[in-house]
This record gives sequence, C-alpha cells and structure tokens, in this order.
Amino acid sequence: MLMATLVGGLVLGGTYALVAMGLTIQYGIARTMNLAYGETMIAASFAAYLIHNTLGVSPVLGLAIIAPAGFVFGWLVYGILLRPLVARSKNIASLEINSILATFGLLFVIQGVMLVVFGGNYISYNYLNFGIEVLGVRVAANRLLVLFLAFVIGGGLFLLLTRTRWGTALRAVAVNPAAAPLVGIDANRAARFAFALGGALAASGGVVVSMYQTFTASSGVVFTMKALIVVIMGGVGNLAGALCAGLILGLSETLVATYISPGLTMAAVYIIFLGILLWRPSGLFGKVGK
Amino acid sequence: MKLTYGIPAALAALVVLACAPLFVGPYWLGLLIGLAGYVTLASAWALFSGRTGYVSLATVAFFGIGAYTVAVLSEAMPYPVVLLVAAGIGLGVALLVGLATLRLEGVYFVVFSFGLAELVRQLVTWYETSINGTLGRYIFLDFGPEHIYWQLLALAVVTLLLTWWIGRSRLGLALKVIADDETVASHIGINIAWTKITLFAVSAVIMTLVGAIQSPRWTYVEPAIVFNPTVSFMTLIMALFGGAGRLWGPALGAIPLFLLFEWLSANFPDHYSILLGLLFIIIVFLLPRGVVGLFDDRFGTRRAEVQPAASGEGAGK
Amino acid sequence: MMTATRRHALRYFGASAIVFATAAPFAATAQDRTSVKIGYAISKTGGNAGGAGITTLPNYQLWIKDVNDAGGLELPDGTRLPIEVIEYDDRSSAEEVVRSIERLATQDEVDFMLPPWGTGFNLAVAPLFDRFGYPQLAVSAVTDKAPEFVKRWDKSFWLLGGGHDYTDALAKVLSTASSEGTINSKVAMISVADGFGIDLVTAARPAMKDAGIEVVYDVTYPAGTTDFTSILNDAAASGADSFVAFSYPPETFALTQQAQIANFNPKVLYLGVGTGFPMYGANNGANAEGIMSLGGIDYSNEENMAYRKRHEELTGQAPDLWGSVITYSSLQMLQEAIKRRGLDRDAVSDELSNGTFQTASGEIKLEDNQLRTLWLTGQWQDGEYVAVAPADREGAKAPKLPKAAWQGQ
Repeated sequence: MLMATLVGGLVLGGTYALVAMGLTIQYGIARTMNLAYGETMIAASFAAYLIHNTLGVSPVLGLAIIAPAGFVFGWLVYGILLRPLVARSKNIASLEINSILATFGLLFVIQGVMLVVFGGNYISYNYLNFGIEVLGVRVAANRLLVLFLAFVIGGGLFLLLTRTRWGTALRAVAVNPAAAPLVGIDANRAARFAFALGGALAASGGVVVSMYQTFTASSGVVFTMKALIVVIMGGVGNLAGALCAGLILGLSETLVATYISPGLTMAAVYIIFLGILLWRPSGLFGKVGK
Repeated sequence: MKLTYGIPAALAALVVLACAPLFVGPYWLGLLIGLAGYVTLASAWALFSGRTGYVSLATVAFFGIGAYTVAVLSEAMPYPVVLLVAAGIGLGVALLVGLATLRLEGVYFVVFSFGLAELVRQLVTWYETSINGTLGRYIFLDFGPEHIYWQLLALAVVTLLLTWWIGRSRLGLALKVIADDETVASHIGINIAWTKITLFAVSAVIMTLVGAIQSPRWTYVEPAIVFNPTVSFMTLIMALFGGAGRLWGPALGAIPLFLLFEWLSANFPDHYSILLGLLFIIIVFLLPRGVVGLFDDRFGTRRAEVQPAASGEGAGK
Repeated sequence: MMTATRRHALRYFGASAIVFATAAPFAATAQDRTSVKIGYAISKTGGNAGGAGITTLPNYQLWIKDVNDAGGLELPDGTRLPIEVIEYDDRSSAEEVVRSIERLATQDEVDFMLPPWGTGFNLAVAPLFDRFGYPQLAVSAVTDKAPEFVKRWDKSFWLLGGGHDYTDALAKVLSTASSEGTINSKVAMISVADGFGIDLVTAARPAMKDAGIEVVYDVTYPAGTTDFTSILNDAAASGADSFVAFSYPPETFALTQQAQIANFNPKVLYLGVGTGFPMYGANNGANAEGIMSLGGIDYSNEENMAYRKRHEELTGQAPDLWGSVITYSSLQMLQEAIKRRGLDRDAVSDELSNGTFQTASGEIKLEDNQLRTLWLTGQWQDGEYVAVAPADREGAKAPKLPKAAWQGQ
C-alpha cells in the first residue's frame, strides 16, 4: 500500500513539475509573469488531440512539431507583446504589473479563439493507457512518460543552463538584468530566448497532459495556477526547486488521499504550500530575502 | 479636483444614485448593484494593495466567506446580526493572513494570497460535505434588489470615506513612508507590522460585507459559486486599470470596465473572450498609468509626490 | 434604450414594489408582431461551459432551427411566427446569470426565456422567472427539493428528477443482482464534493440500506481531482463487488482509464455524468461494455432516433444519452403549449402543468410540475447506451451483469 502510494505520488508530481518548469524559466529569466501559460498548454493539447484523432498519428511524434511551434509562439509573443512593455517599464515592479495585465489579455484571446474553433466541450482521448509494473505497482504508461519527460527536460535544461555559454548568459540575466549588458550579454535576446523556451515547455506539457487528462477550452487557468504554485514553492527561476516542489505536492496528495481522506487532498496541497512559504518566504530553493 | 466644488458634486451624485431604484427598471438596478459591488471591492482592494504594493488575490476568499455566512445563518438570526458575524469572521481570517504580509513580498505574496483563497474554498467544501453532509445552501431572504443596492451603495461610500480619511491620517503618512522604504520607516519609529495588518483587516472586512450583502441575489449558494476566482482577478484588474494609488482610481477603473464587460457579453456572446483580451492588451499599451494617469496628464493636476498609479511602486524590492 | 428607461420610470414612479411583473402589458396578438422573441443566458465560457455545451446549448440551437425551418412557432389561429433569438453568455458566474435574466425580461422584453445550465444556476434564476411571470422548464437540475420549489415558484418545472429517483433505481438493480447471486451485497461509493455528487450520495445511503446493500466504502473527493489511484486501491480492498461513483465528466473519464490501469474489475461499475456522452463510447470501445450510469435511452423509440440524427447533422456531434433528449423534449412541450394557448405566459404555464405532450422522449404528462417518467439507469450494451431501469417501463432492457473484465488494448 505504501509503495503504491509513493509511486503514485511521484508520477502525479512529475506532471506538476513538468508543467511548472516552463513557467519558472519564463518568470525567472524573462521576468514576466505569463498568465496565458495554461492557455498555451491547452492549445497544444488540442493540437495533440487533432493529430491523434484525425490523422491517427501518435501524440509523442506530434511533439516534434508542437514543441517547436510553442517555441515560435513564445518568441513572437515576447517580441510583439512583452518587449515594448519591458522597454517602457522603469522597474521590476511595474514590469510585473504590466505583464500581468498584458498576459491576462492574451489569456482571453487564446481562450476565445479556442472556443470559437473547438467549442466548449470536454475533450478526452485514450493513448498509452496500459499498465506497467514499477516496483510491484501498476502505473499508467502515459503517466510514466510524463515523469520520464520531467526528468529528461529538467536534466537537459539544467545542463544547458550550467554547462553552456548560453546558459551562463541566461543565468546572469536572471540574477541581474541591469548588469548583464556590462559584460556583453544581450539581455533582451536572452530574455526572449528564455520566454520562447518556456513556450516550448508549455506546449510539451500540454501534449503529454492531454494523453490522460480531460480538458476544455476553459481549463487553462487551472494549469496556470497549479504551475504558479509549484514555481513559487520551489523558488522563482529554479528548475530543481520546481521539480522538488512538484514531487512534494504529488506525494502529499496521494498520501493524504490514502491515509487521511480523499476529500482533503486539495486542501492539503494548499496547506503545505502556504506552510512552506511562511517557513521560507522565497520558496524552497529561493534566495533568502530581507 | 478642488475640494470647494468636489464635495457638493459628490453629494449630489450620491443623492441621485440613492434615488435611482425609484426610477430605473430591474435590469438597470441589477447593473447598478454590480457596479456598486465592484466599485466597493476595487476600492477596498486598493485601500491595502494600492498603498502597500502587496498585490492580493485573496479578494474572493473574503467575498465568499461573507456570502457563505449569510447562507448558513440567515434563518438563525436577524439580518444585521448576520452581517456583524460575517464581518467578524472576515476580520479573524484577515488578521491571520495579515501576519503573512510580514514575511512575504512581491510575487510570493500574490500567489500566497491566491493559495489562501483556494484553501478557504477547499476547507468550506470539505466541512460541508464531510461534516454536514450537504453542499448547496439556500438563501430565502425577503428583500428586493433595491435593498441590496442601497446597502452596497452605503458600503461604497463608507469605503471611499475611509480611503480619504486614511490618506490624511497618521496611518496614511506612515504608509507612504513604508511604501518608499521600510527600513527608514522602522527607523523613525513606525510600527510597520501594525500598520500593514490594520489596513489589510479593514480592506478584508469590507470585501466580506460585499459578499454578504450580494449573496441573497443568488438564492442558491455553493462554494464553486461564491469562491469563483474570477472575482479576485476582476477586482485586481479594475483597480489597476483605474489607478490603485488614488482615491477615485479604483472607481474610475471599475465603472468603465464593468460596463464594457456587460456590453461585450450582451452584443458578442460568441467572441466575448477574444474582444475582451484584445481590449486589455490595447489598454495596457495606451493607458500605462491607468485612467487616473490619463486624467492627470490631460488636466495637469498630477501632484509631484504621487508616483505613477498603475505601476505599483514599492512592490517587491 | 432611452424610451425603455422612461417607460419603466413611469411605471415605477412612486411604487415601492419593484417586484411587479413587466409581463402582461407587452403580450401582443399575432397581427402586430413579426416574430416571437426567445432569450436565454448560457455558460459559453468558464467552468460550466463543458456541461452547457453538450446538454443544453446544442439543443436550443437545434430546436430554434427546427422551428424556423418549419416556418416558425405555430399559434392557436394557425399562423406562424419565426423565433427571434437573444443569447447571452453568463460566463459561469451567478451574478452574471441573474443580471442576464433581468435583462432578457425587462430590457429585451422577450416572450419566453429558456433556463441556464446547472442546478445552482437554475435555482439562482428561479425567483426571477417567477417574479417576471415566465415559465421555467429546468432540465439540467437534479434536485430532491423539486416539490418544495414548485410550491414556492408555481411556474417552475423540474424535468430531470431528484437524486433519490436515480439512487433508488440503482439500489434496485443491485439488490436484484445480489439476490440472484450474481454479485455480493456490498457496494463502494465515491462522490464529487459538488451539489450533484452530494445530492446523490445523500440519497444513495438510505436507498442502499433499504435495499439490503451494505455500503462498505464511502468517500467524497474534491472536484478537479485527477488521480484516483488511492481511491481505487481502497475500493478494491473493501471487498465490494459494486463500485459506484457520482462523478463529473473529467473524473468519469479518469476513473475509467485508471480502473483499467489498476486492473480493478468490479462486477458492477457505475459512473456519473459523462458516461452517457457519445465520446465515452467512442473512446472506450469494447471496454465501455457493461458500464452503468444515470439516464439511458430507448433505441426503439423512432422519434428519439430521428432527433438524434438531426442533432448530429446540425451540430456535428451526437447528443448525450441522458439529459439532451429531455432538453429537446422540454422545448417541444413549450412549442406545443404555445400552439394550443398562444403567447400568454400564464396560459402556457397552465398548459405545461396540465397538458399531455408528444415529444422525442415519448408522451409526457407532468405530475405536480415534475417529469416522473424518466430513464433512471442506463448501461452500455453492444456499443449502445440502453436504458435498464425502471425495468417495468416499456423499452427497458435487462441489465447485463456481471460486467466483463477489462480487455487489453
């Protein structure tokens, strides 16, 4: 029983972590809180659904098109919508507010387009829905895939950020956007790249989540909020933090469901989130402020 | 706006607004109720967030607590007592959350406040289903929409007066210093903790009362209805749009936006979201400092010491 | 706009009671009008859009098209008037739906209003329909309090039954199968922490007890739960042969998938809203076989089958197999009542209460403003979601139990 609960929790946490990683990069490096993140995911979910149901192609193969499309989308959104705001804002606080308002608008635009194109109905399809034995526990193959992707993408990004020149530049921008140009880093390009990367991650998240979770054109907000909670709990801009926070939330959800009451799973998630924030006000891996 | 003709003008407007239910049809009255509700919510939100830079998404937590208290108690005690109890519960929760403002800042506080609202909703749901064994509750209070409107209007006036008064009191002065620099504030002997918590509590109690007063309009109340996070976002957007740092800012944001939402949803039910989103983006680009900023620029009344309204100076340093 | 306001101003001036209806003065004869205005507010966006988009909105659209294609609504004198539609999006907000209804009744002065989607919203607007004198044909609302509501709002009609109707029928199916020795007499129940789930599970507890079925597992989960591993493990360990979930569509789909993963094979599998969606049968194929839920239809009813075909042609999707046909039937009742009694709302309400109607779901005669002849339990059999209870109603099929084990994919 305990083993089943632990494995279940890790697998669930993998989803949370995967969904949150793109947002933490966008917020940590590009300094924009992207409220349209979940809508980007859902758009990718619709794309995966179409690819699976009308073309009969595996959504995993679909990733090869959808993830780059997410990258291009992020690149365009940053260049057209956010870049002027960044240039205009005098400080981080005003950029934060402007980006909230602008991406809030973007959220409605994407959602509205999806409503017009696809309607408001529940969408769900079956893919890779068979069990695999892991440590004596049967786990859905599609969920294992998510956990696997969370680790691969998390690890890959970690290497990218710590082992490459690009990554070092991105991190420099994250730490101090004002000083980065002094050492020859194009902060604008770095931020744009980071935002686009976040878009690609959102699209990938949307594809894999659609394999086992029912969605509607309006359900993006739920993902944005879950992702935001994971990002904040882990510490803004911190990949390892997002991974840890995601796994902690997944584990606590299944543990509470098994040992306390399924009715309290969501409440437990929020209690743990609020508790951790009060204990560490900048998240698990965040710099200690004040 | 100069005080000399400002006060009579405001009084005249108030008299007209108070008499409105005698002249307008139910639809316009409904519109006025919605307007009064959001003007009050946005003003109450700005009372704390506009002055301290702490952007809160907990609005609906208090709004919902108010509505739910009425649903639970409306048949057990007289209505004024119910309102008092609701305000008391709101105050209690607000004091707890207010403590969080001492530790958190910037985006951490934003998401914390959102998490809090969801937690309250989850706990109410859990309590109702697992302990009480019911979920929805009915409110059969015997008063018409005009009574709801008058109560909301009164609350809006009280909120604006409070905002005005606080702006001029020692508390307001202390807030200005805190928003500029917390270290300086504590050095000159301002009790930062007390100031922030008081303000948060006042703002939260007002939000609780808005929920309590509005709830009889829906007859049936369940957590998904009264803890709808849209309320928090709407309030925030309206206040920021109008200019959260100024007395009339939130109202100037709430009124045009509310009417705009109404007009869009009535005339473009299929493309509402797209148009709304595009308008938001246009607004951000064209009105970077909110409606108040526009007025200031146009009429040159901007006072030197006031920082740009919509940029929320002082947040997350 | 201005003229409307002034007219209201005159009427209300000096009168303290705003509650008086704006209804009667606008009733006009067929001669001086060119259309019948019908208005509704529905959740096109927000959390309720998924439900409204399958059970309610497509049927409103289909009916309006059917009527207008036939030349319009027929009046008692044999003339026909086309329907003019006024539609609002309530954005899944209680305040919005209330205001939209006020707007429809007093600004647009529509002749008839169709109800919004969902139990909560139908209750939110019920006092307004009543105050303005409109009949309310509430379909997407399952409530045991319907008799009370009819007393309070005498023009309200409740067409989808109450929680205990469905749970009594289910308990009967279980006790029959149990006395035949097909399954044991234990049931594991879960319910979504929402008005619907709680209403049903509260009714199910006494119903199971009366039917001699022991409830060995009974938990409630929050709406939006995506992982049911722990719940399914516990339910499997409880030793019950029957698993019942009063769930909403996202969880219904998730439970179906996760029960297969966990290799959880109860002999009776009963899931909530969403089981009767055509997509459910299409997605699950042979694995849908034997799964039970609320509703069901009689495939031998030709009217219903014709309706299903038209629905699919117009909207591109088949209607769901529970509430959709009732929604459409309620509109046919309205249409017929107008034909018999004209556009006078009081007369139409009276006709709806007392008349007998031929509809896509068979002959309907309301009892105390409620529809009592309903299909209460359905089961997927050979790719069709057939009605199995009440067993004594014409067109009912026998339930096939136990449900076969999951098949590999």
